[in-house]
Amino acid sequence: MKYIEDINVKTKGRLGVMLSKVKTCVLHGLNGYIVEVETDVSRGMPTFSIVGLPDTSIREAKERVRTAIKNSGFEFPLSRITINLAPASLKKEGSQLDLSIAVGILLATGIIRDRDLSKVSFIGELSLDGNINKIAGALPLVISLKDKGIEKIIVPYENKDECSVVENIDVIPVRNLYELVMYLNDEIDIEPWKTDLSSLFKNDDELYADFSDIKGQESLKRAMEVAAAGGHNILLIGPPGSGKTMIARRLPSILPELTFDESLEITKIYSVAGLLKDNFLITKRPFRAPHHTISGASLVGGGRIPKPGEVSLAHHGVLFLDELPEFQKNVLEVLRQPMEDGYVTISRVNASFTYPAKFMFVASMNPCPCGYYGDPTHECTCSEREINRYLGKISGPLLDRIDIHIEVTPIDYKDLGSNTMSETSESIRKRVNEARKIQIDRYYKEKIFCNAQLTSKDINKYCKLDKECVKLMEEAFNNLGLSARAYSKILKLARTIADLDKKESIQIQHLAEAIQYRSLDRKFWR
Amino acid sequence: MNSRDILIWLNSLNINSNTIEKLEEYFGSFYSLWEASTDVINNINFISEYFKSVLVKYKDIHYYEDYINRVQKSRAKIITIFDDDYPKHLKSIYNPPKVIYIKGSLESKDEVSIAIVGARKATAYGKWAAEKFAKELASLGITIVSGLAYGIDTKAHEGALIAEGRTIAVLGNGIDLIYPKTNKALFEKIQNNGAIITEYPLGVQPLPYNFPMRNRIISGLSLGVLVVEASKKSGSLITAQMALEQGREVFAIPGNINSVYSKGTNLLIKDGAKLVMDINDIIEEITLLKNRIKTKRIKEVSHLNLGKDEIKIVECIKEYPKHCDEISFQTGLGIKEVNSILTILELKGIVRQLPGKTFQLTDF
Repeated sequence: MKYIEDINVKTKGRLGVMLSKVKTCVLHGLNGYIVEVETDVSRGMPTFSIVGLPDTSIREAKERVRTAIKNSGFEFPLSRITINLAPASLKKEGSQLDLSIAVGILLATGIIRDRDLSKVSFIGELSLDGNINKIAGALPLVISLKDKGIEKIIVPYENKDECSVVENIDVIPVRNLYELVMYLNDEIDIEPWKTDLSSLFKNDDELYADFSDIKGQESLKRAMEVAAAGGHNILLIGPPGSGKTMIARRLPSILPELTFDESLEITKIYSVAGLLKDNFLITKRPFRAPHHTISGASLVGGGRIPKPGEVSLAHHGVLFLDELPEFQKNVLEVLRQPMEDGYVTISRVNASFTYPAKFMFVASMNPCPCGYYGDPTHECTCSEREINRYLGKISGPLLDRIDIHIEVTPIDYKDLGSNTMSETSESIRKRVNEARKIQIDRYYKEKIFCNAQLTSKDINKYCKLDKECVKLMEEAFNNLGLSARAYSKILKLARTIADLDKKESIQIQHLAEAIQYRSLDRKFWR
Repeated sequence: MNSRDILIWLNSLNINSNTIEKLEEYFGSFYSLWEASTDVINNINFISEYFKSVLVKYKDIHYYEDYINRVQKSRAKIITIFDDDYPKHLKSIYNPPKVIYIKGSLESKDEVSIAIVGARKATAYGKWAAEKFAKELASLGITIVSGLAYGIDTKAHEGALIAEGRTIAVLGNGIDLIYPKTNKALFEKIQNNGAIITEYPLGVQPLPYNFPMRNRIISGLSLGVLVVEASKKSGSLITAQMALEQGREVFAIPGNINSVYSKGTNLLIKDGAKLVMDINDIIEEITLLKNRIKTKRIKEVSHLNLGKDEIKIVECIKEYPKHCDEISFQTGLGIKEVNSILTILELKGIVRQLPGKTFQLTDF
């Protein structure tokens, strides 16, 4: 404490640079904006005012900052303190501004030596005892700051792992205000925190439940493989207990591995939502399965300052809606825009927020209200009208965004008399990865990554059919009672199946297989 | 000159088959007609003076040989009622043409044929229907007969050609003329995938009164007549009338009751023609067609046209419907092959999909 006494004696009765400028950052959706905290300490009646559209949490910062400075042992100036948060027109919120306000005051009073802080930024919330608390949304803040040219960032100690995944910026973790002052005055040195990124992505095998747990259900597994390979949305239709949920949960295990960038994007969303726990970088594809009582706002995101909803939390992962017809109709309809665009925009009076929402949509439903239509061992007690009404709960536009419908039938695997091991997720994923690679190579000129994203124009270009296939398509439409909207879906699926088969062009067997994955288009369903 | 030659000679003078029959009756044989003196001919009371003079003037072996040469030059072939390759169905009608000129070829499978007729002035709906039905019927191996006129006829021929099936065009003029001229390309195509037929000798112009006569050949060649679109006074209604007289089935495609283009067909339906919504409506009415398609199916299912794996799957679901996983397991085929083959079998009409992804053989 000798140091503090020295510093207090040294600065007693005089003011430092009088005006200081310190950089910090606020979040707007997932994007951060640099905020300059300008602090003026001048003679006059001791007051402490913050201007520049602060919200309540920032206005309360006054009390935290004053107490934290005092409790860290430093002198709080008995002067007229004015803080401006520039740009003044932008609304600011978030307790991460505490630290920069405190630093601004300490700098203005000369407790922190005057130095060039133009490439340094501070984020952190102060505790009354001078400790720096963990904040939500640290990762997107750090990423935006790096993009804006900041070279060094001071972060709360507890956020250090999350922040250090960002490369090319020095992350300095500090525990309390005292340590920070020491560091800035070059009394101590703190090494920038580094994380071994490669170790994070290792040992992924145990992350997900495995496909080999499922015995039988080969056609269902194959449909899942096709869905994963082309990024197709999928609807599972089957009676209760047929294993719909079980297989949906295993879907992430056959999806391609997350790339670092994807992982960062997901972590950003979870960081903003305050859902990052011990895992400071999300290395596993999210699987979100909201209950069917969910509201529209929590599905796409909402709140006065909108927070990401389930669709964004499922970004790069799987959004699974179990018992699809049980969801409220208006809730399902809000899914249409994010499914189409891959992001969701939530508008509020003063701003609109955009969160990414690229997810694979997986839904399950019973074929009819009683659940047993088409079940080999149970009698269905529903009338045709009831079945139609049940299916009608899912609107055409939503159904249009689902490429694969597959019926799931409970099959007692023991009846088939086999005890062969099922294929593991890893070997399925290998095929999926190869098929995805073919697609990425093929679409490098387009703005798309997988077959599911093909527009009708792209379909004409990439899903050409030879004469034999055209004939098959025609026959299929005439004889099987397929609906018109099935046409492009079947082509997309056939493209994916051909990719899995490593074939340049769509062949007749690919097309024929694809037709099997459009159950709801069949006459006996509509 | 044998009687076949004399028959052709009579036809070349554009004497209709009705009159030819009467002449044969009058003289007892064609030969005595050829041998008859000018006086005898002038005494015939049932033909006009003009024909009498024609008979006298052209009773000349050189004229006849010259005519045969012209026919050969125009690459047409002559079939008379005395010949074995004369179309079987045509022979059975009242007043069959004694002589027909053919470009292209008639095959035995052309016996299974349906006529598709309709108005020259047709709506988009009519043209669509004509092409669709022609296409679907032709792809089942049924020959499409029509009249090479504008509108429905053209579409009917085109539909058959699109399906790579056979089609026969019956003309109302000499075979050396193409009428309408715009159908020249179609004319050529039909020659290669069927036949162009007429009973009129070379050089006969498409005169309005030829067409009703031509229509009796259209219906006579076919097992049934499908009228696609016809106004109240359309020639197609004559074809339908002829068909009824010849004992052929008459089918009609319904139209909007306000449409003048469908008045005729709607009227036909009202009078008892069969309303047609898809080709099954036609097939189930004609036993020959039904049997033909049935045997085609049986042949297919009895593995003649099936691949090795297809047979495996058919054998597998013979007893009772099975789920595709079960089929995959029992046949030892991968699920992707099974799915793909099942679709193809479904399209061939051999298996049927039931709810719950179970498959069974279709019964027929």
